[in-house]
Amino acid sequence: MSERVFVAMSGGVDSALAAALLVERGEDVVGVWMRLTAGGASSDSPRCCGTDEAGEDARRAAAHLGIPFYALDYAEVFGREVIDRFVRAYASGETPNPCVACNGYVKFEALLSDVVRKFGGSRLATGHYARVAHDAGRYRLLRARDPMKDQSYALYMLGQADLARLELPIGELEDKGETRALAARYGLPNAAKAESMDICFVSGDYRDLVRERAPAAFQPGPVERADGTVVGAHAGIGGLTIGQRSGVGIATGERLYVLRLELDRGAAIVGTKAEIATTTYALREVRFTADEPPAAVFAADAVLRYRGTPLASRVRVSTDGTAVLELTEAALVAPGQAAVLYRGDEVIGGGVVDHPLAA
Amino acid sequence: MRRVYLDHAATTPVDPEVADLMAQVLREVSGNPSSIYAEGRQARALVDRARDEVAQAIGADPAEIVFTSGGTEADNLALRGVLKAREGEADGIVTTAIEHHAILDTALDLEAHGQARVTVLPVDRDGRVSAQAVARSIDERTAIVSVMHGNNEVGTLQPVLEIGAICRERGVAFHSDAVQTVGALAIDVRTMPIDLLSVNAHKFYGPKGVGALFIRRGTRVSTVQTGGGQEKGRRTGTENVSGIVGLGAALRIAASRRAVESARQAELRDRLIREIRSRIPDATLTGHPTDRLPNSASFCFSGTQGEALVVSLDLEGFSVSSGSACTSGNTDPSHVLLALGLDRDLAQGSLRLTLGRDTTGADIDALLAALPPIVARLRAASGATVSA
Repeated sequence: MSERVFVAMSGGVDSALAAALLVERGEDVVGVWMRLTAGGASSDSPRCCGTDEAGEDARRAAAHLGIPFYALDYAEVFGREVIDRFVRAYASGETPNPCVACNGYVKFEALLSDVVRKFGGSRLATGHYARVAHDAGRYRLLRARDPMKDQSYALYMLGQADLARLELPIGELEDKGETRALAARYGLPNAAKAESMDICFVSGDYRDLVRERAPAAFQPGPVERADGTVVGAHAGIGGLTIGQRSGVGIATGERLYVLRLELDRGAAIVGTKAEIATTTYALREVRFTADEPPAAVFAADAVLRYRGTPLASRVRVSTDGTAVLELTEAALVAPGQAAVLYRGDEVIGGGVVDHPLAA
Repeated sequence: MRRVYLDHAATTPVDPEVADLMAQVLREVSGNPSSIYAEGRQARALVDRARDEVAQAIGADPAEIVFTSGGTEADNLALRGVLKAREGEADGIVTTAIEHHAILDTALDLEAHGQARVTVLPVDRDGRVSAQAVARSIDERTAIVSVMHGNNEVGTLQPVLEIGAICRERGVAFHSDAVQTVGALAIDVRTMPIDLLSVNAHKFYGPKGVGALFIRRGTRVSTVQTGGGQEKGRRTGTENVSGIVGLGAALRIAASRRAVESARQAELRDRLIREIRSRIPDATLTGHPTDRLPNSASFCFSGTQGEALVVSLDLEGFSVSSGSACTSGNTDPSHVLLALGLDRDLAQGSLRLTLGRDTTGADIDALLAALPPIVARLRAASGATVSA
């Protein structure tokens, strides 16, 4: 097998810089760009890395670096594993995390597997801000050196086999200044591109997409307090997010937030901030970067949103891929979001929030 | 890394003699062929000489040759120009499901704008259209029949003599996209009943961006772009002088080498097809087994993806394609393979190998060594089971 490194190039500066650093290191580098939408859809979702326009930027960056470049079609797997899951999550009262799904199912499960098994490559590199360390026969996933840029949260699903084949060259960079300086030094043509933040495959209101794909999730229903008092009506579960304040369609003196969604009755339960924050959550699809938990019960810092504050917690792991997360202090996180477990700078694993448990 | 180029249906390297001639023209000939003074006359003489060379190569009269920007424009001019000339009298287009997009999409575009009625004829498993089906599809409103000479993806040759004879008998213009065959096969419009024929320089070791349309005297074609009236008003726009010179020279050279070169390539191709079939289980030859372009071998390998085949071979130094170059980067199965009746899964695993003047027996051996392990690897990755 060759020692070739494939770099997933998004068309943005981070992945181009990752490729440049590998080239400078003397690696045998191949650039690949993943088409994530059907062709021709570039103008209405300009920030998506999977559109033709982004592909052109990636192609130019690869040509600039003098590396082979291929546009590969992952629109089918992206549609199935990211967009369909996104719609299903909202339709079932959850709040999806499409970036985590894209990393897990598309960039790593599909692309990494293709790189190794189809294209005969040895490793995959991406432009994520995180680090992989190798010591004592084990691969560790660490936060980026630059805490402002850290993206390790979105990579928690990686296991040992993935980490062994993963290169994250830009996670070692000290700060934004160094990134900019290096991009300028390599003369990367897209050094000035803005960082993408939106849901890449939705151009307007995501609710329109959910409504189109899952009209059944837009049946009106009652808005109730926890004690059953009806305080209003909503336009459909598919348009609601746990923890949101706006859009509930009620006018009372109190500030009320969506506390939970009862799918069978189509009811939205609302309450005050004090009512909704919970300390204990059930997690599903739990993964560990070491492929196994450190212990059946262990302490960790839980991060409940991208670049969120680490919260002291205790985790109790079951053998069926679920776990119970007990936070020291109450916090709010919507089902469907990722709870990522850290010890210091190391990601030890994480899971998808399934539902809150009684505090 | 030594590279082996086996994608001559996509494009061919420019013949060094052609390149030298073009460079000389670019440096030394500054005139506009329409100008009446010395520089203009010099440029005009070169364009005329190239027109003679093209005419000579296909047995046409120089006045029957119109230079274009390539095969796509020649195809557009043929369909749109004939339809426009027959406006109010005839609007039927009869064509086949395996035409190049330059024909199919042009016909469908005309239809979408209410300017044509289009009949797209199916082909058989080998990619051949039946001349009888063409005959049955012609009616009193048919303006043009367009059937390509040799298919760019699967290499199948069409019965253009038979179809041309039918068209002539019925008084319908017959166009053939001969982009893949001019320079490779003997073409003589004095004996072949073809009224319009598309030519593309870069398929026979000429430059990209220049082509020609043969328009038989008496065939009515209106211009589709308006301007200064060059090419006797049939294709207006200042002539691409160096490109036209390159086209003429390239076709002259190709015609002089054709018989020997096509026989040599056909022999290599036959060995390539035979060896792939013996070394790779479940390899499906696509297109006609014998009546095909002399340089073309095309296959589908079950349990593989064309994109992965092309990438893997490129990384090992081989330039090949999956389907046509125009649709690469898009993994929808080729319309040609689907028209042949291949199922979508099998059509995904297509590979096209097209030989050229520089292709040697050693190149074929190298490919035959590299390809089987790649196919095996892709099949293993997709968990395919293969019947030997």
